[in-house]
Amino acid sequence: MLTLKGIKKTFNKGTVTEKPALLGVDLHLDRGDFVTVIGGNGAGKSTMLNSIAGVFPVDAGTITLDGTDVTRLSEPQRARYLGRVFQDPMRGTAADMQIEENLALAARRGKRRGLRVCITREEREEYREKLAILGLGLETRLADKVGLLSGGQRQALTLLMASLNSPDLLLLDEHTAALDPKTAAKVLELTQKIVTENGLTTLMVTHNMHDAIRLGNRLIMMSDGKIIYEVSGEEKAKLHRADLMAKFEEAAGAELASDRMLLG
Amino acid sequence: MLLALQGAVSQGILWGVMVLGVYITFRLLNIPDMTVDGSFALGGCVCAVACVNLGLNPWIALLFAMIAGAAAGCVTGILHTVFEIPAILAGILSMISLWSINLRIMGKSNTPLLQVDTIFSGIVKATGLPQSLVSLLFGLVFAVVIVAVLYWFFGTEIGSALRATGNNEDMVRALGVDTRQTKVLALTIANALVGLAGGLVCQSQKYADIGMGTGAITIGLAAIVIGEVLGRLTPGKLTAFAPRLIAVVVGSVVYFIIRAIVLQLGMNANDMKLLSAIIVVAALSVPVVSERLGARRAYQKGGAA
Repeated sequence: MLTLKGIKKTFNKGTVTEKPALLGVDLHLDRGDFVTVIGGNGAGKSTMLNSIAGVFPVDAGTITLDGTDVTRLSEPQRARYLGRVFQDPMRGTAADMQIEENLALAARRGKRRGLRVCITREEREEYREKLAILGLGLETRLADKVGLLSGGQRQALTLLMASLNSPDLLLLDEHTAALDPKTAAKVLELTQKIVTENGLTTLMVTHNMHDAIRLGNRLIMMSDGKIIYEVSGEEKAKLHRADLMAKFEEAAGAELASDRMLLG
Repeated sequence: MLLALQGAVSQGILWGVMVLGVYITFRLLNIPDMTVDGSFALGGCVCAVACVNLGLNPWIALLFAMIAGAAAGCVTGILHTVFEIPAILAGILSMISLWSINLRIMGKSNTPLLQVDTIFSGIVKATGLPQSLVSLLFGLVFAVVIVAVLYWFFGTEIGSALRATGNNEDMVRALGVDTRQTKVLALTIANALVGLAGGLVCQSQKYADIGMGTGAITIGLAAIVIGEVLGRLTPGKLTAFAPRLIAVVVGSVVYFIIRAIVLQLGMNANDMKLLSAIIVVAALSVPVVSERLGARRAYQKGGAA
């Protein structure tokens, strides 16, 4: 489904703020894989996700989605393959537009937009049913402006929007990091439900080791722009937080002590 | 006085078409588009030259004015999106260039339309109604049609992507819309309306002048904020899209009524631009100041309790 080969990216090349972010990342996801990504600050997790989404061009390597080389495609051109949820709940939705309008915009991801009406009656019914699944009472508020919703509600809505049209790959970039623990747990539960029910191939960045172990069938650990550890299936299910901490130190040495603090 | 007011209303409606264009860029796209000053005059100049020098039908002349305005908006859009020039600067560059272009088009600084037919004189001849009434009714019908078309357009898939672009660009790109295209499209449509309004005003006042667009953006912004303030006074608070568009045209009419009144009271016409600027500043700063005062008052209340 997704293949990364030798992806490299350096920000601000040739200036004093030059920052190598990805130093050759290779990764392959099969259809239906749910991969969690962990790593300290500056490990390159978000940069990897943004490279896949085409937010910026990469310096080297190839990105293949569903058999198509998308390395040179722009962000909007890649959107047909990707559902995305960002860390900031404000980034995934349009605040001044209605809930149903947001969903209708998302439902046309990767399709040609024309002069047809932006939301049909059948769609409205479909959205009502889908919103009911979230269990947040949004199904009665289709015409409300999204700006009236809480961060958790907005994030749940973004998740639903990202899953419309069954994207080939779902990219979750620390999508629960800005939420309070209770709301984060709820959004994570919805994430699992939506991913399982739609059989979505998923790449989820998280700072929470417990979630990284609990969710998904594969786990990768990044450090200094590289994937340093990978585990899947049975082995992953048996993993403990202590194992991951050990891996961290083994792979990266004592210099990552500060990261360890952050990840605890 | 009554005649002056009737004139103000019909003038307000014709300028309302321009204000709708300003509304698209300023409110939907969050760009104060300076192109407007140039493209309004461009519409007037193109219309005048088409009528007088080329002897074209006034409707065709109006179409040309609209196309010219659209082209000007498209240029601003390309400067802004392809070459990443900040939106305000891109607009200023277009506006300044249009001053020279408009002079080139007319070959002089103004063109009277005294000897030729206009849309208004055509209707007067056909119906026998007085000129002032024709100009009022025609403007009204025209504005209603434009509002209806805009309402329809912003309810389509492209229109809704365009509204979302002003709201959250990151999201729109992630949903597969090239925001550069939507921005160019919005600026093109907005300035097409502005050019059209320039042509209409030119035909109604029977001359085009190189300076006719100067301060148009301020008039547009003043009309928008007046319309929004009036809209807030209505029971529905004007949240739906169609009433918001109508409020914009009403704001334009109210602006020209205020203008007619202060001119009648003996104010110098040249001071009008200052007054427009003051209206805009007041409308934009009152909510900010009142919120700040409200926050301060709330704090003292809490402290006393």
